[in-house]
This record gives sequence, structure tokens and C-alpha cells, in this order.
Amino acid sequence: MLIIKLVFKNAFRSKLRSFLTILGLSLAIVAFGFLRTVVEAWYAGVEASSATRLVTRNAISLIFPLPISYKEKIRQVEGVDIVSFGHWFGGVYIDPKNFFANFAIEPESYLKLYPEYLIPEEQKKAFIKDRKGAIAGKKIVEKFGWNLGDNITLKGTIYPGNWEFVLRGLYIGKDKTIDESQFFFHWDYLNENLRKFSPSIADHAGFYIVGIKDAKYAAIVSERIDKQFKNSLAETLTETERAFQLSFIYMTEAILFVIQLVSLIVIIIILAVVANTMAMSVRERLPEFAVFKALGVGGWRVVFLIFGEALILTTIGCLIGTILTFPAAKAFADKMSNYFPVFIVKDETLIFDIIITLVIAVVSSILPTIRALKVTVAESLTRVR
Amino acid sequence: MSKKKNLIEIKNVYKSYRRGNLLIPVLEDITFEIEEGEFLALMGPSGSGKSTLLNLIAGIDKPDKGTIIVDGIDITSLSESELAQWRGLNIGFIFQFYNLIPVLTAFENVELPLLLTNLTKKQRRQQVSLALKIVNLEDRKDHYPGQLSGGQQQRVAIARAFVTDPTILVADEPTGDLDRLSAEEILDLMTRLNLELGKTIIMVTHDPQAAKKARKILTLDKGILYADHQARI
Ligand SMILES: Nc1ncnc2c1ncn2[C@@H]1O[C@H](COP(=O)(O)OP(=O)(O)OP(=O)(O)O)[C@@H](O)[C@H]1O
Ligand SMILES: [Mg+2]
Repeated sequence: MLIIKLVFKNAFRSKLRSFLTILGLSLAIVAFGFLRTVVEAWYAGVEASSATRLVTRNAISLIFPLPISYKEKIRQVEGVDIVSFGHWFGGVYIDPKNFFANFAIEPESYLKLYPEYLIPEEQKKAFIKDRKGAIAGKKIVEKFGWNLGDNITLKGTIYPGNWEFVLRGLYIGKDKTIDESQFFFHWDYLNENLRKFSPSIADHAGFYIVGIKDAKYAAIVSERIDKQFKNSLAETLTETERAFQLSFIYMTEAILFVIQLVSLIVIIIILAVVANTMAMSVRERLPEFAVFKALGVGGWRVVFLIFGEALILTTIGCLIGTILTFPAAKAFADKMSNYFPVFIVKDETLIFDIIITLVIAVVSSILPTIRALKVTVAESLTRVR
Repeated sequence: MSKKKNLIEIKNVYKSYRRGNLLIPVLEDITFEIEEGEFLALMGPSGSGKSTLLNLIAGIDKPDKGTIIVDGIDITSLSESELAQWRGLNIGFIFQFYNLIPVLTAFENVELPLLLTNLTKKQRRQQVSLALKIVNLEDRKDHYPGQLSGGQQQRVAIARAFVTDPTILVADEPTGDLDRLSAEEILDLMTRLNLELGKTIIMVTHDPQAAKKARKILTLDKGILYADHQARI
């Protein structure tokens, strides 16, 4: 139809301006998608958390451990199913740049509590059997080119010395939200050495993971656990794994807020750019709109012409931007996988892109449309220019 | 020649413009009639209000006072949207600067006003082709305005003006931007539209040569209209 054809032709009448507008829009969409993905990545741990797992830690701070004797006591609390524990080891592989999370854990119970780490049965058995055994996520195994049976040495930062492990298993995540860059080994192995060389800090766990029978009772069970250790030397703080993960994020909330603010500003800037483009296009073409008006081609056709033009520009920009978001995120994810083990562009981000596109198209068309509708034929056409 | 009926009746029309807090009267108590099938030239010095008067008759501006009755309808009483619809049906516009849409071909430019009609695509094509044939530009139908001479562009604009078969054509200095030869062509074309298709034409012009082509000349000066001479028979 003629009017649709006209919309498309209008959109590319000023090629350079359309190109720059689309370029700006694409970059803004990439920036927006990227920043949102950063925020999502930050919350990845929260997303992966289970409603039936509680985390018990020292009430004063996570950096103070809890006595290993607590395990039995927690297990006896009503509503508790399985108890496991872990300890942040903080070991470094060759170079501090190769950062990945490594924990000393109680293997059997821990893996039972984390069914989302998928490991072949015989690897799991081999790991549990071998006192120096370790398992690692697919990402770091691939990154460092490890094979099963390899000796892996971590340099202790909290516990000095070179610690030798044998890779017995590789886990993959059940879904994309699972961090595949962790390293786990036997807590017993750590503890034996501590007993030998620094007995005062032996027999402690950094945190307990508590599997409960019913997610409904998470609050009550947490309360019961903490009551157990009230007025003891190491009081505990128990919360859901989700709350535990969130507490890490709260520490960086200000940064997240800034990131989200920046995303918003990016959108406002690009809105201004598109609005300016539309205003310029319509201003230049006011005599044409006057012709339309004289011919009686007014009203919704004018609205359609202007909105359609804005929509074409924003849609192309959004499309290019959205397509580019994926390689941009991928490049970032590859480079920064140490810090953002889970970095994926989510569907919601794409839906946001579409909403932004529509909103920008509508908002940037409003004033130019009013202007075009109000054009007076007499003034625009018959006065000598 | 028998007396024809009056197509347009302009009665006691006043129009003034406001500049700052100054009120500039442009038209004062204008009264005259235009017969059906007339070819009228409106002359007068610059700033005398020719365009203003033409715009009032064409329904793109409204008088401060007075009535303008076209074919029995008082257009001064129509609402903005009624007026737009009325224009689409009754008036064809020819402008000094052609005002074609540069990104549409000659054919598409002529097709534009037909978007308001209920014609099928096929009927539209036929009508556009016919209009282009009348202005003798069939072979240029796929050209863009930028690829046409001024005279050719004005012919396309004329085709656009009469393609909807309006009763009245209004032209504000249609030859003002053209050389003698092209102007001659345009005026001949308008004469044909007047004689062969029976269009009532109102043309504003500065050019006495152009005015001569009209059947009747009216001169506007300082807000007052003078019946000039009968130009042609
Ligand atoms: N929209 C407007 N606002 C203010 N003044 C206007 C407007 N339109 C016309 N005028 C004034 O009204 C007077 C008549 O203008 P008009 O355009 O009708 O003259 P004209 O006879 O067509 O002149 P020209 O031969 O130069 O085209 C002029 O003084 C002009 O400045
Ligand atoms: Mg004028």
C-alpha cells in the first residue's frame, strides 16, 4: 500500500541521520542488555538456591567458623533431614588470576544436598573413596585442560603450603543457572593437616548446609537451630540459602543500583536521540504534511506516517542491538568467567528490549505528530518561502 | 451564452491577521460570485490578500466574518474535519512550488489523493493513468520529482489536483516559478481542463500574460476587489 511504502521511504530519506540514529539505538540496546545481564549474573547464586536448604553460619560473621561438633546437634533438630558442611579454602591454582571458588566439604552428604551438580556415579564413588580426591565444575576443567586422575596443586592462602589433590570427578550443572566453576575436596584431608600443624584451628566448619524435610518450615527450623546454640561460645545464624545468597548481594547493592541507574540513563539518552531525529524529519517535511492536509489526507494517516517511521528506526536499531548483545555478552563471559561464572542473556532482557523499542517509538512520535497535525495549510504552502 | 448558475458565493467576507498586538486587515467586506465553469484570474499587488482570499474559498482558512457558499454549502460553518473531507471531494490544489512528495514517483504522487476514496486498486490505477495521459506525462510515470523539469513537475501536480474529479481547481501562482514556455504549457493545460472537463478554476497570478488566458480577471487592491475586464469570450 502506498502509505506503507511512504513510511519506509521516509525512514531512509536522510540516510546519514537514519544510520546514526539506528547506530545509537543499537549501541544503547547492547549496553542496556549487557548491564542487565551483569545484574542478572550477580543474582545467579540466588536463583540457583534451593528452598529446602538452610545455611547455618557463625552469628558474628561468616569469617568465624563453627565447631564441627555442631553437626550432630543440628541433625537432631526437629525438621532437619541431612546436614553437611563446608569450609572456604581460598586456594590458588598456579596464579591468583586463575580465581575459582574452592571448598573443603564433607563429600557424601554435600553431594546429596546438591543434586543439581550432575556427576557420573562411578566418578562420585571414586571421589568419596579417595581422601585426596577432588571434583571440579566443567568450566574450570575445560579452562585448565584437566583430566580425571590429574594431580592438582592449590597454594593455600588461608592455610599455607601446597595442597595436592587428585581430580576424581567433573560435575555439570542441571541448568544454566548453576555455577560450573567450583572446586570441592575432602574436609577430612584439610582437617588432618590442620590437626598436625595448627591444632587450634582444626575441627571447624565454615558453614553448615542443612537439608530440611519441608520448605514450609524453613523459618521454624532455622529458629530451632539457632536456639540450640544460644548463649554458647559460637552462636549461629541460620537462614535459607536464598537469604544467605542475597546477603552477599546486599553488600554490593549500591553498585547494582548504579548499574541500573546507568541503564535507565542510556534509555533516556537514546529516547532523546530518536525524538530529535523525528522532530527534525517532521519539521523539514511540514510543507508535505500541509499538502496532505490540503488533499484531505489527515488524521490517523499522519499519525501512522510518523509513528510508523519512528517504529521502523527503533525496530531496526533494536534488532541489531539485540543480535549484538549475544556476542558481546559471550565475549565478556569468556573474559570474566572468574568473576561471573554464570553470565547469560535472559529472555526477560529481550522482552525489555522490545518494550523499550515500542516506548521510544511512541514517545518520540508524540510531539512531531501533534506538530504535523496542527500545520496550517495556508501558511505552509502559499507564503513565499 | 446562457447565464450559468453561481457555484461560489462570497458574501461580506472579512479577514485580518494579528501581528503582535497589531490587527492587520487584509480583506474587507468582499462580496462576489463565481459561476460554474468559470476560469478566473485574481490579480493585484503583492500583499493585497490574493492568497488569503483563495485559501478562504478553498477551505484551508476561515474568514473572521461573512459567508462562503460553495454549491449550496456554507463552508464557513463546517468543522475542521468536515472541511477536510469537503476539500478532498471538491477542491484540487495547484501550488507555486508544485509540492510533490520527493520520495514518491509521479504515478504515486497522483495516486495520493485517491487514498481517500473507496476505489479499488485497479480503478485507482486507471484513473491515475488517465490523469497522467491528460497532462501528457504517461512516459514519465515512474520518474521521481527530482528527475522532472519544473514544468513537468507542475503537470504532475495538476494531474494530482484533478485526479479525484473535483469541481473546483485553485492555483496560487502556478506559473510563478516557471520559464515562459513551460508557463505557456501549464496555462494551456488549465484552459483545457476548464473547457474540456468543465472545471471551475480560480488562479492567483502576478503575470498579465497568464491572466489573459483566463475568462475573467478580478483585481484585489488594499482589501477591495475590482471587477476588471472580461478577458476572453
Ligand atoms: N498567517 C499570516 N499571519 C500574519 N499575516 C499574514 C498571514 N498570511 C498573510 N498575512 C498578511 O496578509 C497580507 C496578505 O497576504 P497574502 O499572502 O494574501 O498576499 P498576496 O496578495 O498573496 O501577496 P503575494 O502576491 O506576495 O503572494 C500580507 O500583508 C501578509 O503579510
Ligand atoms: Mg500570494
